[in-house]
Amino acid sequence: ATVELTYPPECLSVTSKLATVQTKTKKTLTKPNIRNIVVVDGVRTPFLLSGTSYKDLMPHDVARAALTGLLHRTSVPKEVVDYIIFGTVIQEVKTSNVAREAALGAGFSDKTPAHTVTMACISANQAMTTGVGLIASGQCDVVVAGGVELMSDIPIRHSRKMRKLMLDLNKAKSVGQRLSLISKFRLNFLAPELPAVAEFSTSETMGHSADRLAAAFAVSRLEQDEYALRSHSLAKKAQDEGLLSDVVPFKVPGKDTVTKDNGIRPSSLEQMAKLKPAFIRPYGTVTAANSSFLTDGASAVLIMAEEKALAMGYKPKAYLRDFMYVSQDPKDQLLLGPTYATPKVLEKAGLTMNDIDAFEFHEAFSGQILANFKAMDSDWFAQNYMGRKTKVGLPPLEKFNNWGGSLSLGHPFGATGCRLVMTAANRLRKEGGQYGLVAACAAGGQGHAMIVEAYPK
Amino acid sequence: MVACRAIGILGRFSAFRILRSRGYICRNFTESSALLTRTHINYGVKGDVAVIRINSPNSKVSHLISAIQSSIEIMNKSWPSDSIRSCRTYLIKAQAALFMLAACKTPQEVTQISQEAQRTFEKLEKSTKPVVAAISGSCLGGGLELAISCQYRIATKDRKTVLGSPEVLLGILPGAGGTQRLPKMVGVPAAFDMMLTGRNIRADRAKKMGLVDQLVEPLGPGLKPPEERTIEYLEEVAITFAKGLADKKISPKRDKGLVEKLTAYAMTVPFVRQQVYKKVEEKVRKQTKGLYPAPLKIIDVVKTGIEQGSDAGYLSESQKFGELAMTKESKALMGLYHGQVLCKKNKFGAPQKDVKHLAILGAGLMGAGIAQVSVDKGLKTILKDATLTGLGRGQQQVFKGLNDKVKKKALTSFERDSIFSNLTGQLDYQGFEKADMVIEAVFEDLSLKHRVLKEVEAVIPDHCVFASNTSALPISEIAAVSKRPEKVIGMHYFSPVDKMQLLEIITTEKTSKDTSASAVAVGLKQGKVIIVVKDGPGFYTTRCLAPMMSEVIRILQEGVDPKKLDSLTTSFGFPVGAATLVDEVGVDVAKHVAEDLGKAFGERFGGGNPELLTQMVSKGFLGRKSGKGFYIYQEGVKSKNLNSDMDSILASLKIPPKSEVSSDEDIQFRLVTRFVNEAVMCLQEGILATPAEGDIGAVFGLGFPPCLGGPFRFVDLYGAQKLVDRLKKYEAAYGKQFTPCQLLADHANSPNKKFYQ
Repeated sequence: ATVELTYPPECLSVTSKLATVQTKTKKTLTKPNIRNIVVVDGVRTPFLLSGTSYKDLMPHDVARAALTGLLHRTSVPKEVVDYIIFGTVIQEVKTSNVAREAALGAGFSDKTPAHTVTMACISANQAMTTGVGLIASGQCDVVVAGGVELMSDIPIRHSRKMRKLMLDLNKAKSVGQRLSLISKFRLNFLAPELPAVAEFSTSETMGHSADRLAAAFAVSRLEQDEYALRSHSLAKKAQDEGLLSDVVPFKVPGKDTVTKDNGIRPSSLEQMAKLKPAFIRPYGTVTAANSSFLTDGASAVLIMAEEKALAMGYKPKAYLRDFMYVSQDPKDQLLLGPTYATPKVLEKAGLTMNDIDAFEFHEAFSGQILANFKAMDSDWFAQNYMGRKTKVGLPPLEKFNNWGGSLSLGHPFGATGCRLVMTAANRLRKEGGQYGLVAACAAGGQGHAMIVEAYPK
Repeated sequence: MVACRAIGILGRFSAFRILRSRGYICRNFTESSALLTRTHINYGVKGDVAVIRINSPNSKVSHLISAIQSSIEIMNKSWPSDSIRSCRTYLIKAQAALFMLAACKTPQEVTQISQEAQRTFEKLEKSTKPVVAAISGSCLGGGLELAISCQYRIATKDRKTVLGSPEVLLGILPGAGGTQRLPKMVGVPAAFDMMLTGRNIRADRAKKMGLVDQLVEPLGPGLKPPEERTIEYLEEVAITFAKGLADKKISPKRDKGLVEKLTAYAMTVPFVRQQVYKKVEEKVRKQTKGLYPAPLKIIDVVKTGIEQGSDAGYLSESQKFGELAMTKESKALMGLYHGQVLCKKNKFGAPQKDVKHLAILGAGLMGAGIAQVSVDKGLKTILKDATLTGLGRGQQQVFKGLNDKVKKKALTSFERDSIFSNLTGQLDYQGFEKADMVIEAVFEDLSLKHRVLKEVEAVIPDHCVFASNTSALPISEIAAVSKRPEKVIGMHYFSPVDKMQLLEIITTEKTSKDTSASAVAVGLKQGKVIIVVKDGPGFYTTRCLAPMMSEVIRILQEGVDPKKLDSLTTSFGFPVGAATLVDEVGVDVAKHVAEDLGKAFGERFGGGNPELLTQMVSKGFLGRKSGKGFYIYQEGVKSKNLNSDMDSILASLKIPPKSEVSSDEDIQFRLVTRFVNEAVMCLQEGILATPAEGDIGAVFGLGFPPCLGGPFRFVDLYGAQKLVDRLKKYEAAYGKQFTPCQLLADHANSPNKKFYQ
C-alpha cells in the first residue's frame, strides 16, 4: 500500500496549472522513422551509507530488491521483458554478471537474458541507453535497466605475488615442487590489495582530483560548504514532503524494513567549517561534508517502446530522448563531463538551456558541481577547451537538483543514473515542465547527458 | 585595520596604483630601485602579506641580493614593528641564480660578494616577520640558498620543479650561506650528497628530505591557463601559510622520521662526525682523483661550520668561495656551462615544417636508442629493421629504457604505455610516405647506406630529410647517390643514446639551411646538446679521437700494461680509461675508423700499428660486446680482469719504448696533445665553427676531462706555448704525428691570442 502512495494528494491540486505550463511548450522531440522510447516507471531501494543496514548483503541481493520493487510497482508480466541490463562499478567477483544473478532471484523469467555494464558513475546511464539502443533498433520492445553498488563489501585481494604462489602451488605435482614453492613465501606476500576510488591511469584519487579542480576554478571552501548544505536541505525537504517517490521499501533479511535514505543530514556552515580537508592536507577545500559518501543501493527502470507501453495500457512517465557520451583528459578534467556533454546534447536535440525545466546533475563533490558551473559560465574555457565561440551558460539554480542530489541522497556508483532519470521525470510531472536534462561525470574523464521529455498527460 | 594599513603604506609609493577590485597590487619594482631594472622581480601586497615575485631564469645573484635588500628595506620602513600579522612570501619561479664572477679579478673581490650575500640572507633568516618561499620551476644555486633562508618553503609538485646546489659542477661552492644552512636543514649526509653531486632534487623528494615543508599539486585548466593559475594557487597557499605562521597556528618545525632522528642523534657524537667527514673525503678523493678542488673545500667548509660554529663557517665559506672562483678548474667548468647553453640553441632558426613523424632505419643499439629519446618527446616514430629478431631486440631496448624510468618513479606505467604507443615497429616501408625525417642507423658500410638511401627516397615525401647516423663515413659520399642532396645531413649520436648528451650534426656543401634547421630542431627536442660541423673524414669528434687512439696502440705496443694506461688516463681526468674505451667502442669499430681515417689523413694519423686491432678482431676480441677485448667481461662480475690471451698479440707487435718520452706524464701528454692538436686543426680547417662547439663536443661526446674545459679552453689555460713545446719534444721522437698545426703555432707565437677572450 505504501508503494501506491506515489503521488501525494496535494500534488493533484496543481495539475491544472501544470497543464498550462505545458501548452506553452514547443515541439516534441519525436524523430521520424525512429521509435519513441518511454520510461514506464522506475524505483530504487533506499540509498544507505555503506556499512549500515545492507552491510551483510551481497550486491545481487540489493539489486534483486530493486527488481522486485519494479515488478511490484509496474505489475509488468515477467514474460514480456525481453532483456535486463544492470550497471555496476566495483564488481563482486562471484557475481560478475550481477544482472543475471539478481534477475534469477527476483522472479523474472529464466528465459530473459541479462548482462552487466560498467562505466564508472554513469554505469546505470549506460545500462539505460543500451536498452534504448536495443529498442530503437527493433531488437527488443521491453527492457529493464538498472544499477547496483554495495560499498559495504569490496573485493580485497591477495597480493599478486601471493596469487602467483597459490596458482603455482595448484599446478605443482610433487611434494618437492610444493616445498620449493612454499620456501619462496615471504611475509610481505600477505599484504592485501585494496581497491581505491582512484584513476588507474593517473593513480590519483577522485577526491584529490576534485580538490585540484576546485582550485583550478578558484572555488572556495565556503562556496562548497554552502552548496553541500543546499543539497542536504533540499533533500530533507523532498524526503519530508514525500517527493522521493521512486524509493521502495526494502525488508532486509534479519533486519528492519528500510524505508528511506539515511545519508541526508543538513548541518550548519559553522559545523562544516570545522572539518579538516580529506584529500589535500592541510590546505585543500574538499572535505567529508562537501563530498558524496560511500553508498549502498540499487535502482531499476522499465523502458519500453511507446506503442508497446500504450498497447499494454501503461501511462508512461517520460520519453528518453537524445543522449550523449563525452570523454576528456582523466587527469585535469576528470569531473568536467557535464560541461562538455550538456551543450552537445542540447544541440543534438535542437534545444537551448532555456528550454530545460528540470536539471538533474550528479553531484560527486560540491567542488565538482561548482567547477562545472564556472566552466559553463566561462567564455575563456569554452573557447580554449571546448572549441566553442561562447560559453555554455549557467543552469538556473532554481531549476537545479531541487530534490537534493548525490551529495545528500547518496551515490551508489552503479545505480545513480536511474535515480537521476526518475527524479527528472518525477520533477517534470510535479513541477510542470516538458524537458529535463540529466548529466553526470564519471571516472576515466568521461561524461554523459540525456534529455528526458515529460510524457503528455 | 590591517587592510587600511597596507593601503596606507602603498600610498607612499606614487608609482603604485591601487586596483581595489582585484584586491592586490603588483607593479614592477623599477621605480623604487634602479638596481633592479634588469631583473624580473615585482612586488605586491595581498591583504597583509607582502609578495615578492622573482621570475628570472639564470639571473645574477647580485641582482637577487639587491632585490631582497630592497624588499627588506621596504618592509622595514613600511611596516611598523608592532604589526604582528605582517609577513612575506617570496615566489620563486624558475630561479637559477648564478654568481657572476667573470668581472672579478681577485679572490678578495669574490669573497666580498659572498659576504654581502651571506649578510642579506641572514637578515632574512632572522626576520621577526615570517618569510615563506613559494617555489615553482628550478630553484638552484642562489635560488635555493634564498629559499633555505626563509622560515618555510612550499613547492609545486611537478617535474619542472627541482631544487639543488649545482655549484660544485661549476667548480665553486654555495657561497651565500648554503654550506651552513643545508646541513642543519636536511642533515649532514644529505647535505653532503646535495652539495657534492650537485644533482637536482624533485619536489616530492625534497619534501621527504625536509628541504621543503609543503607541496602544491599543479592545476589543470580552469578559468585561466593551467600554468598561470597554478602559480596563482601556489601564491594563495603560500599566503595562507604565511598568515598561519604569523598567527603561530603553524609551526615551521617539521616532524622528523625515526631514521632522520637517529641520524641527527648520531651526528651529535664527535667521533661519528669525524668518521663521516673521513668517509666522504675518501670517496671524493677516489672519485675526483684530486683534479677538482671544489668538493674537498665544500667538506672543509661544512666541517668548519659544525665544529667551530657558524661565524667561523660563514667566514670560511666566503673565503673558500673566493679561492675556488679563481681556479682554472672553475673557469673551465663555467666555460662548459656557457658553451652548453650556446649549444642548446638553434642557430638556423625555426624549420619550415616541424618534424612530427620520424622514421628510423635499423633497430640496433643506436637506432633503438634514437627511437627511445624520440618517442618520449611525443614524436611518432617508425622503427624499421630487416629482421624480426633485430626489430624485437630494438623494441625491447626502448621498452626497457622507459620501464627503468617507471622503476625510478620518473614515469608512471600509464605514461610509459602511452609513450611506447608512439613507436611502430615494422619490417617494410609502410607509412614512410608521411615521414618528415628519416634517420638511418644501419651498419657502417657505404654500399649498404647507398642502398637504403635509394630505397627510402623512393617512398618518402619531397620535404622529408634524410639523416645518416654514421660516426665516420663522409656524408657527401653517402649523399652522392641522392636525388636531393640538399635534404641529406649527418646526425652523429653517441652510445648509449639515452645517456650521452651530445649530438654532432654534419652538413655538407649541398645541405640546405632548412634541412640543418630541421635536424637541430629534432636534436633539441630529443634533449641533446648540439654541435654543428662541416663534413669531412671523421667529422670533428671521431677525427679527434682517432690520433689519440693510434697513440694508445703505440703506447700498448711499447709495453705499457692496459691497466696502467687506464689509470694514467683516468688520473688525467678522462672518465673512462683509454684501453677500456677501445673495448667499449668496439675493437672492430675502432679498426674500421682507424683504417678509413688512416687512408684519408695518411701519416699524421699513424703511430700505433693497426695490425694490433686486426689481430684482435680475427681472434674475436671485439671488446665488451663479445665478452673479451683488452679485458674479460662477464655478466654480473664487476671487477675486470685482463685478457691474458692478449699477451701473445702484444708480444708479437712489441716495439721498444723511447725513454725520453715515456714518463707517466709524457704518456698522458702524448695522448692529450695529439687530441688537442687535431681539434685545433679542425677549427683551422673550418670543420668547427667555434671553439666553444669544439669544447662541448670533446667533453660531452668523447669524455675529454671536464676539469680542463675542453681542448680549446685547455690551450688557453695551460698555455699554447707550453703545449707547442711539448708537441715539439714528441715530434723530435716520433715525427710528423706531433707537428703542431698552424693555428696552434700562431697562438703560441702571440701570447695575447686566446680562443676565449
